[in-house]
Amino acid sequence: MTIALATEAPTFDLPGVDGRQHSLGDFADTPALAVVWSCNHCPYVQAWEGRMIELQREFGDRGFGLVAINSNDADAYPEDSFEAMQERAEEQGFNFDYLYDEDQSVLNAYGAERTPEVFLFDGDRRLVYHGAIDDSREEAEVSERYLRDAIEAVLAGASPAVDETPAVGCSVKRKP
Amino acid sequence: MEIEFLFWDGCPSHPEARQLLDDVLAERGLDAAVKVREVYTQAEAEELRFPGSPTIRVDGKDVDPDSASARPALNCRIYRKQDGRPSPVPTREQLEAALS
Repeated sequence: MTIALATEAPTFDLPGVDGRQHSLGDFADTPALAVVWSCNHCPYVQAWEGRMIELQREFGDRGFGLVAINSNDADAYPEDSFEAMQERAEEQGFNFDYLYDEDQSVLNAYGAERTPEVFLFDGDRRLVYHGAIDDSREEAEVSERYLRDAIEAVLAGASPAVDETPAVGCSVKRKP
Repeated sequence: MEIEFLFWDGCPSHPEARQLLDDVLAERGLDAAVKVREVYTQAEAEELRFPGSPTIRVDGKDVDPDSASARPALNCRIYRKQDGRPSPVPTREQLEAALS
């Protein structure tokens, strides 16, 4: 079951494509943290990941942090293996942490269902926005920049005007 | 002309792709029946050589031959636009070419 708005961020401690462990506590000083369910093989993720890079680039110096987590079953979907994640991050020049949730325990704690699916937390690590990055996978057709607006609001000490939207994308591939 | 439309319901792109296919058929004045099949299991995906959802074949030929040989799987299929950007649905141009 997906966590509700205002819920405190479930903890995680996962390996990243940079070869290091990354935990929620590493972001203790981050005033706005987006945890985004992601993967390699989904065309929706691929359509949006450039915008994830751009958000980190645009807001990173204001303290915003973006963490992408791949929980997909790599036995059934080898395109989403840890090694493939490392290759994808290198090829695309990810400027955010890309973590591997191999046992799906973090997936179960958050209740994500799609890739990409955003959970934005404020400085108190309360969920303030959940859903899509924006309203179109076609960047030229975007009219509502949900995540960008929510980050702006959180960094300004306000609540996002839109706090929940449907995430559109591939299903998370759970283990049998 | 035989048109097959295969999809897996775990990927949300099939209604958009079906609409695009119907639009192109209508624009071309083609009254071809579309044989729709839902793929439920990995075994079915392998049996049908289903490289992802949706997969559209015209007279047995995939509308995107370049990605047709991908590993059969229950996932969203990745198509490429002419500029290389990824898309979960084939392009109008791919469908037009397949139906010409």
